[in-house]
Amino acid sequence: MSAIFDVRNLRKMFGGLAVTNDVSLSMAPGDRVALIGPNGAGKTTFVNLVTGNILPNSGTVTLGGEDVTRLGPTQRVRRGLVRSFQVTRLFSEMTPEEHVSLAILQREGRSGKMFASHRAMPGVMDEAHALLAKLGIAQLAGHRVSEIAYGQQRLLELALALALKPKVLLLDEPAAGVPQSDTARIEQAIADLPADLAVLMIEHDMDLVFRFAKRVIVLAAGEIIFDGSPDAVTKDARVRQAYLGSYADARSVA
Amino acid sequence: MALLTTSLSTTGDRRARLTRDAIGVLVIAAFALVGYFLFPNNLALLTRITAIALLVLSLDLVTGYCGVATLGHAALFGAGAYGAGIAAAHFGITDPIAMLAVGIVSGAIAGLISGVVVLRAHGLPQLVLSIAIIHLAHEAANKASGWTGGSDGLAGIMPDAVFGLWQFDLWGRTAYVFGIVLLIVAFVILRQIVRSPFGMLCRGIRQDPVRVRAMGASVHGTLIKMYAISGAVAGAGGALNAISTQVVGLDSLSFTLSAEALVMLVLGGTGSLYGALIGTITFMWFEDVVSAANPFHWLTIVGALLIAVVLFAPKGLYGSVAAYFERRGRKGR
Repeated sequence: MSAIFDVRNLRKMFGGLAVTNDVSLSMAPGDRVALIGPNGAGKTTFVNLVTGNILPNSGTVTLGGEDVTRLGPTQRVRRGLVRSFQVTRLFSEMTPEEHVSLAILQREGRSGKMFASHRAMPGVMDEAHALLAKLGIAQLAGHRVSEIAYGQQRLLELALALALKPKVLLLDEPAAGVPQSDTARIEQAIADLPADLAVLMIEHDMDLVFRFAKRVIVLAAGEIIFDGSPDAVTKDARVRQAYLGSYADARSVA
Repeated sequence: MALLTTSLSTTGDRRARLTRDAIGVLVIAAFALVGYFLFPNNLALLTRITAIALLVLSLDLVTGYCGVATLGHAALFGAGAYGAGIAAAHFGITDPIAMLAVGIVSGAIAGLISGVVVLRAHGLPQLVLSIAIIHLAHEAANKASGWTGGSDGLAGIMPDAVFGLWQFDLWGRTAYVFGIVLLIVAFVILRQIVRSPFGMLCRGIRQDPVRVRAMGASVHGTLIKMYAISGAVAGAGGALNAISTQVVGLDSLSFTLSAEALVMLVLGGTGSLYGALIGTITFMWFEDVVSAANPFHWLTIVGALLIAVVLFAPKGLYGSVAAYFERRGRKGR
């Protein structure tokens, strides 16, 4: 199996506390992996380590065969490791069309152009509109982001990530904060992600995890305690122990 | 079909934008003409307004478009003024276009340097660093009196005729036209830059730098570039001031000028080139009229105007009007 994304023995200490302790995981193109774990398990630290926002004490991160452990976040994005955010981060005064155009131009290395206009680049505009249409928000292309609904903003985040043509996509709770009525559209958009893209989803919503993931990884106290199929995870004693503590054996799982 | 409609709408958009820019240029030119005929004995003030307008435009680039807070922007203006002045007084470069070029380059270099320093910090520390820069620049110019004339000012600047044809005259007509042409050229170039992909990236940085990084773009590199461009524009303003007044004083490198430029920008509205222009004209015209009408309390009256604008039109004069029309336009749609 050729791994597009490979994390080996990653360790991060905050003082004497190992918040990420000897974590290894490997993903091939097309993988659909969910990373779950109780609060304080170290999921956020793991995301920050992998995206390059903080540096590990030891271990390596490899992307498409290249060691990116010491590279900064923007360099990793340029090499195809793209993330979405748990709470939407968008430019509130800009339109979806501008967002996606900017991402496309950035991918093509043309975002620094001063004597050009994205509107005069038919290739960029067509790609931007096609992407917005694919996510079902084409009708909002010209509206300010501050005027569109939160569920639609989440879809725009996905469009932004896709515009960068990632090899590995990190989805940080893609359905968090979205009203129930809109979650179906988000789930559909996630189901429609390119087949050769490796997707790692950090999620709390177990319904979404079980529908999406072919493989589930459980993180607890900075360590991977489970890596296997969604069917096996609910039956695993250590996972139940991690989530429910001493109640794991006393009551049935709600 | 989808392709056809997109490319059609892009050319339509482009024409609409060009039309709007042409109208902008015509409005500036019309204002300039009206000023010329209404105040023929006050062209020196109008030229000064033009020079300061370039400073405020330049401040708008970093503050309005990129969200960098600075109270030291006059350092870039002063660098342009002293650059052009020293070139003329010490090196005999008296061709106004060459002086202007020296001012632009000096301003851009000053912009790069202050960008590198100011962008080390964020928020209040950033503001403090910018104040430190203007004080250091002011003190440096004061001490290097052999070059700058110190507190007496740098005199002996005698610019040649523009293109060898138009002599700078006693009434300041040539200087005024020179300044207006410079302002229009700068305005057209900046309109292009702020709506280019680069300009879009800058607006993105102001709204959410974390998102810009997550797109793989360099925040710091983009801001440094914008600082250099801003320096070039401020430097052009400084050079215009040196050429038109034929003297450069320490006031062009002062904290007061930096702060006033920020006030003018907020008055007109940040993040819009029109806002910068309207803020400058309003502030300087108001200051001139009020100080002549009431020499004792004019600062109080200027202060009252600012409080009124900040309270009732927080987006600035232009920003509030533009927002009003945008709301109406949306209702009508």
